[in-house]
Amino acid sequence: MSEERIEGQPKYAPGTHVRSKDIRERKITYTWWEPEAQYAFSLGPANSRFLKELKAGKIIGRTCRKCDRVIVPPRMFCDWCYDTTHEWVYLKDTGTVETFSISYLDPDAHLIEDPILVGVISIDGASPKHGFMHYFGEMKPEDLRIGMKVKAVWKPKEERVGSVTDIKYFKPLIGGDE
Amino acid sequence: MRNVSVIGGGMSLFRRRLKETGKELSFLASKMAMEEAGVQRSDIDMVVMGSAPDAFDGIHMKGENLLDGAGGKDKPYVRVFNGGGTGVFAPIAGWWHVASGVADMVMVVCEEKMGSCNPHPQTAFRNIWDPILDRPLNPNLVWLFAMEMNRYMTRYDIKKEDIARVAVKNKRNAVGHPCAQLPDANITVEDVLNSEMMAWPVNRLDISPPSDGASALIYCSEEKAKEFTDDPINVAGVGWNIDSSMWTNRDLYFPDYVANAAKMAYKMAGINDPRKEIDFAEPYDPFTYKELHHLEGLLLCDKGEAPILTREGVTERDGDLPVCPSGGLLGVGNPIAATMGQKVCELYWQLAGKAGKRQIPGDPQVGVGQAWGDIMQMGTVLVMRRG
Amino acid sequence: MNRKVCIVGVGHTNFNSMTPDVSWKEFMYDACKKAYFDAGINPRKDVDSFITCAEDYWEGFGIFDEFVPDQIGATLRPCCTVCGDGIQGMANAYMQIMTGLMDTVAVEAHSKVSDLLTYGDVVLHAMDPLFEKPVSGPVERERYAGSPSYPDNNPKPLVGSTDEKERVHPYFLAGLEMQHYLRSAKVTEEQCASVAVKNKKNAFLNPYAINQADLSSEDVMSSEYLFNPLKRLDISPLVDGAICFVLAEESVAKKLGIEPIYLNGFGYSSETPWLSTRGMDAGYARQAVNMATKMAKLKDPKKALDVVEVDDRFSYKELQHIEALGLAGPGEAAQLLEEGELYKDGSLPTNLSGGSMGVGNCLEATGLQRSLEIITQLRGLAGKRQVTDAETGLAQSWRGIPSGTGAVAIFSRNPEVKT
Repeated sequence: MSEERIEGQPKYAPGTHVRSKDIRERKITYTWWEPEAQYAFSLGPANSRFLKELKAGKIIGRTCRKCDRVIVPPRMFCDWCYDTTHEWVYLKDTGTVETFSISYLDPDAHLIEDPILVGVISIDGASPKHGFMHYFGEMKPEDLRIGMKVKAVWKPKEERVGSVTDIKYFKPLIGGDE
Repeated sequence: MRNVSVIGGGMSLFRRRLKETGKELSFLASKMAMEEAGVQRSDIDMVVMGSAPDAFDGIHMKGENLLDGAGGKDKPYVRVFNGGGTGVFAPIAGWWHVASGVADMVMVVCEEKMGSCNPHPQTAFRNIWDPILDRPLNPNLVWLFAMEMNRYMTRYDIKKEDIARVAVKNKRNAVGHPCAQLPDANITVEDVLNSEMMAWPVNRLDISPPSDGASALIYCSEEKAKEFTDDPINVAGVGWNIDSSMWTNRDLYFPDYVANAAKMAYKMAGINDPRKEIDFAEPYDPFTYKELHHLEGLLLCDKGEAPILTREGVTERDGDLPVCPSGGLLGVGNPIAATMGQKVCELYWQLAGKAGKRQIPGDPQVGVGQAWGDIMQMGTVLVMRRG
Repeated sequence: MNRKVCIVGVGHTNFNSMTPDVSWKEFMYDACKKAYFDAGINPRKDVDSFITCAEDYWEGFGIFDEFVPDQIGATLRPCCTVCGDGIQGMANAYMQIMTGLMDTVAVEAHSKVSDLLTYGDVVLHAMDPLFEKPVSGPVERERYAGSPSYPDNNPKPLVGSTDEKERVHPYFLAGLEMQHYLRSAKVTEEQCASVAVKNKKNAFLNPYAINQADLSSEDVMSSEYLFNPLKRLDISPLVDGAICFVLAEESVAKKLGIEPIYLNGFGYSSETPWLSTRGMDAGYARQAVNMATKMAKLKDPKKALDVVEVDDRFSYKELQHIEALGLAGPGEAAQLLEEGELYKDGSLPTNLSGGSMGVGNCLEATGLQRSLEIITQLRGLAGKRQVTDAETGLAQSWRGIPSGTGAVAIFSRNPEVKT
């Protein structure tokens, strides 16, 4: 950074730019550390039931009678009224695309050739705008749009383990447009 | 409630990787702020640190590690954190230290060292997702913003060109900023639209770059500020607000939490008509569309109107409502919490007439800065006013 | 400025070594719900601001703040995370109320440490990457995520990457400090062991404590050395627990018809993070208590305090902290303990809750757990461990290895501390 002072403004603090080349050419010394941070999250009653039902091929929600709300993913308490939720209720495995992206990025920000289709699906039977994130499949990227009706494609029963990935993806629900 | 004045700001160079450690960056920014204010470390009663995920710097309880660089040794020192909102939240926390009467002079230091994280800072973002519902899908951070941007564009039928104009404006504005990482005087809308597709609708130039950097700010009570200046710059209003963690349970087209935070800050500042009473804004712009989304959240225009104002040049530095005159995150860089340099220090430098080449014409009196954080749920707003 | 800050509600979960039945969300909800019930308020309307105290690596999240609002009642309300001990969170709530911007603020802190499988490694991760981590063990571990450690374009680092030996558990730092304390204060290991004996015995009278035990100091002395001179029973066990306080301006307490417990003063301070140059005498506690007593206008703490809770994550820490707080001269805390002064009927009843030894180490919730006991005592609800006519109390906490940060809070039944 230039040391000269720009008229009318304070002198900004410096910093030394390091380029990837400087690391490759060993122009700088650095340390390396891999944290050993491992967790086993307790699921709690709401998530446990949700995942158990996914394993059985069903989507389940919770109702809040006070707020007249059907919540999915289910919770044991309602954040609107701050009371405990009331009943379990099975929902359909169909829904509406609320939003989506066509991603050319993997989790480490590497570019990939075949895009991942991902989005938020509001689930039929839950309150409006209530749903979760998932993949889309059996469609071309250019066919994906907001408002489209979709249906879950489940993994075969023996491959399901009790995870959101027990649903492979959501596919277009033919003849079910909004 | 005591009036709180700003008497100094500091900001280091922003780059993808800097040689300096997090402590050293904190030191450099703090030193600049203390020099500008004309105070010593011994004058400072308490220190507030703002820094985002520990996973960037690669240190657990990183606030503790940074504290000597930030001038916090043997002082009451505390770190506050709400993801990307921290850059404006740390100065809000600094404000309550002085406004409460507990401290007379407080230094706020914000630091981020994203370059430490391998293979890419985005790797650290893997763990910002819900471990049960989202992480099994192996998501990338950019998905979130792509999904929010899509929802916003679809709702108001916004063209990608109008969103790309934000990158052009901010990268051009950044040309006058000595710390800027990606200033570009010649960038065009086509450059943005033709840059690599990351996650539709987000192209590479829609995204602000990850950076290393630090910034600092010195507050004191208004009475004490009179020892330093005849023309104090005061914090007029603060607001912060968080929405539910369950971002898939709400419509993403409008940031209600930003609007709530803005209303809180405007109420405190006695601002009834923000469009008329606010002279310039520094909304959070980690992505192009976020500047527009946030202008609407800040109630500086109608819903869906921000792209139109941008197209008409209203938000240029010499427009009616200059927006991101600093160059924002898109032009200057995005070391998460350290963007206090653009979002809050810039308000001070503009109001004090110290912004050099970036100075807004016409003697601005009131500015608003805003940041946005967590998982599309946190709004932090600070209004600054002359005298 | 006539505003006064007081505690109008407290709530907490049980303290348990593990809580597999609930997620962190339901766990925090449990504590907060009880606190709001205790205060007789609805958080969706009556709480102006929310604070949680958390650190990402304790929780296993990139940004834990994201996963907080729903269960504490903060959806679409002002809410933030303080990366510090619960007393630091309470201090920020105090300041928010004193500005006049807020009247009622909820502060939550918790430990869900049973979800964390690699506690020692995470503590080690708090040490400086340049100077301290490399001397604590190999920088590279093969089983890390199963991925190759070095990207192709980056060569191996030049600093420390060779050793095959396991990483060292960072509690060795407590062993070093205890060694120093034994020498400088002329205290014996047996005297430190008596702290563990006392606190684990106190825990029998605290229905929420789970680490109660009827031990002799020989039992502690004969437990194995883990970080010589620190033995297994000198170290407090980790527990899960969530605690929530509702702080409010005095007028709110009056409106609610609650007899308030006042937060008369607080203090916190951080020593240098450099382990090699930091003093080993809990200077943070000395600095914090100076700030707190000044704010509370408390001239003679020894006389005024009816009940005290200090951090005892390691047995020697209780003695060291009592001295740093100025409640005993250098090397005199052990003598107070021997003379029975630190027991319920002594002149300085300390850690009647059982402390971290008897209740357990609940990470950032430690400060609130200590404050909880003081509030319970001042409310006169401490049952068999109740100190007669307790009017003023002090809670102190430390952020644990390898931190040099500590905090102090002074509570009383009166708007001004009686001296």
